[in-house]
Amino acid sequence: MAATIECGADTNTSENNMSFKKALSVASSLTLQIVAECPVTKARVCDLILPHCAVNTPVFMPVGTQGTLKGITVDQLEALGCQICLGNTYHLGMRPGPDLIEKASGLHGFMNWKRNLLTDSGGFQMVSLVELSEVTEEGVKFKSPYDGKEILLSPEKSISIQNSLGSDIMMQLDDVVSSTVTGPRVEEAMHRSIRWLDRCIAANKNPHKQNLFAIIQGGLNSELRKACLAEMTKREVPGFAIGGLSGGEEKDDFWRMVTLSTDHLPREKPRYLMGVGYAVDLVVCVALGCDMFDCVFPTRTARFGSALVPWGSLQVKQKQYAKDFQPIDPDCQCPTCKRHSRAYLHALFKSDTAAMHHITIHNIAYQLNLMRSVRQSIVEGRFPEFIQTFMKRMFPSRDQYPSWAVDALASVNVTLE
Amino acid sequence: MQLELSRVVQCTSRLGVLKGLGRTGQRSLEVPGCLLYTHFGTVPHLTQDTLHTMSNLPSVTQVTLSNIAEHQEVLEEFKDGFRKFAGLHDTVLYCSLHDPAMLCPTGYTTNKTVSVWGSGGRMELTVAKFMALQKSVQPDWYQSMADGETWQNSTSRKRVRKSVDRTLAHLDECLLELDGVEVFGVVEGGDILEERVRSARETAKRPVAGFCLDGLQTGSMDQSLRTQLIAAVNKELPEDKPRLLQGVGRPDEVLACIEAGVDLFESFFPFQVTERGCALCFSFDISPDPERQNGDLNHDDQTQMTSFEINLKDRRYQDDFRPLVEGCGCYCCQNHQRAYLHHLLVTNELLAGVLLMIHNTSHYHGFFAALREALAEDKLDLLKRRVLRDGARQTERKEQDG
Repeated sequence: MAATIECGADTNTSENNMSFKKALSVASSLTLQIVAECPVTKARVCDLILPHCAVNTPVFMPVGTQGTLKGITVDQLEALGCQICLGNTYHLGMRPGPDLIEKASGLHGFMNWKRNLLTDSGGFQMVSLVELSEVTEEGVKFKSPYDGKEILLSPEKSISIQNSLGSDIMMQLDDVVSSTVTGPRVEEAMHRSIRWLDRCIAANKNPHKQNLFAIIQGGLNSELRKACLAEMTKREVPGFAIGGLSGGEEKDDFWRMVTLSTDHLPREKPRYLMGVGYAVDLVVCVALGCDMFDCVFPTRTARFGSALVPWGSLQVKQKQYAKDFQPIDPDCQCPTCKRHSRAYLHALFKSDTAAMHHITIHNIAYQLNLMRSVRQSIVEGRFPEFIQTFMKRMFPSRDQYPSWAVDALASVNVTLE
Repeated sequence: MQLELSRVVQCTSRLGVLKGLGRTGQRSLEVPGCLLYTHFGTVPHLTQDTLHTMSNLPSVTQVTLSNIAEHQEVLEEFKDGFRKFAGLHDTVLYCSLHDPAMLCPTGYTTNKTVSVWGSGGRMELTVAKFMALQKSVQPDWYQSMADGETWQNSTSRKRVRKSVDRTLAHLDECLLELDGVEVFGVVEGGDILEERVRSARETAKRPVAGFCLDGLQTGSMDQSLRTQLIAAVNKELPEDKPRLLQGVGRPDEVLACIEAGVDLFESFFPFQVTERGCALCFSFDISPDPERQNGDLNHDDQTQMTSFEINLKDRRYQDDFRPLVEGCGCYCCQNHQRAYLHHLLVTNELLAGVLLMIHNTSHYHGFFAALREALAEDKLDLLKRRVLRDGARQTERKEQDG
């Protein structure tokens, strides 16, 4: 039995219906308002109205795996301007488990985050983290790393956990296959993902408060992708994710699948590119028509002392910064850069965990600022110029521009100077 | 600095204000009080946002040479002192030798040197190097170099004597380069009364701003002996200079030492509690409230807070949706529940340290505020009973649980 979660913010006024519907067409609690479209590329600026607050896209969503962004309080996250972040169904489903989180008024209540949450299905973790027992039509059987017990994660189970978590956006359980795999397994996974999407839609107890996104699969095969797009877009879901990329695949294949996907996704629904977070990838994929992104990279790399900056990254723990009395980025307005120098942070890494937190805050600020700047440039009709400036800042010279980025941008009418 | 005492209770416990602190001499610190414990200028786990969720923090920040020594070159190149280097804008800076939360290996002290341990290992300090460090740190006041390696049970009388002699010699050398920064002399003497008295008398003859009492840290001796030694030492020290006790932070020991005439403590105890995944919860509220009394007497309710701290990793907190301490105004208690802290600890999340440090720091400083208030109103006994009863009940419960 799912708890009724009172959010307080912009919710649709449809009545609360707790019965189990098998309909494929459900009301949703998401509205996409397109604010601006780039006349040159496929980029758009939108306001995504979700139950807890509006989200301005393009948006980068930081990842707070276990119901916390590592080392950062929810107040700090809010102060940075974050409107939506991720929680992880697999991890939270294990510890502390959906029942406890329901008792705590959902994941929002448990971690005391007042804005939006997106949860993934647990699918990716199953494949990347645990000893995989078996994938069948029923679901994925795997061994729990905590007590060795066998667990079946089915579409129904995944949605049930996500219903308990109460996230604003939920992801379908998809049959996840590594992007480096080829052959019939890719096609099998694509078709199964469609069937699992239907099961997920049927299992969603809270369509009025929780938005279930489909995930387009098909690996690096255009035909399979197109088939998946054709089928999944027939379903009435509030949004689509582009999955199965951002693994170890070649970037040349990666961008082609992204742009193919956005070509065939409806304009009036958000497009979420999963697992993408490097600055260059973000800018290019916005140009290719994506609205939402997530990645552990900025927060994970921070804990290793790597600070993200417009010209790449800065390894604070390296000796060269021991006597560098500037802030990480003199132009950055984040709390870390306003108060501390590279030299202090370099030294602090030897004494206290707070050093990691300072860099984490900076990196989140960097990512959110980047998206904000991208958005502003699109609204002001100068996104192509923004891209030129961005690339010049990021790379020492034109011949160092990654060729996949050059090609991808050319495909949307931006010729890099 | 000047110590203005407003009360002396029962001839020993002192209440007052330490004034004239800092660059401009405008800052002050109430006593009995504690310094703000930091690692290299940072309160453990906290950035400025999380630190500033707390108001009424001590105006004096403590840094230690064990954190700083390895960065001497950087500070010398920076030239403007540690306070500016660390972005500590508005604080008085006190520099001690060792980190009170870490026990140092013994056997490395010589007649002319003491050693500190940084991230890269041991660093040997002569007085010259010690003073060069102080010059680069530019604290508002510091503790003179000292040999305090007398806390082990096996320390011989001869060794204790040496520690007193060496410490005095180091102090005299430090004083040669006085240059406007205030120095605390360090009273040594191990557990030998005569040596303690000798050290105190001699140190008091020097032009120091105050006194550190060293070698008495938690674990080195019984509280009864500690009280005896401190009382004897304080008799030899001028009334109008502050006494800072190093290495003691447990609430019951703090109480006893205040009664013996100590003014200042280091606030490393909340950090230690945080590191073991615990939250301070002992009561220091002595306002009359019949309902609360009844609650505390309920032995059957195992979740009642009746100890110095609770261990949040314990399964009993898994679905406890109350704040760490009911009525606590800290950011952690206002925003989060025990169940969430339990989850963060079980999953090894960094946020656990942040939230616990906020709460424990807040609670501890609240304790000191209550101490001062109790002294002002002559209710120290009442406070003592309140705090110690909680500690006793915890011991009782531990014995019951077997």
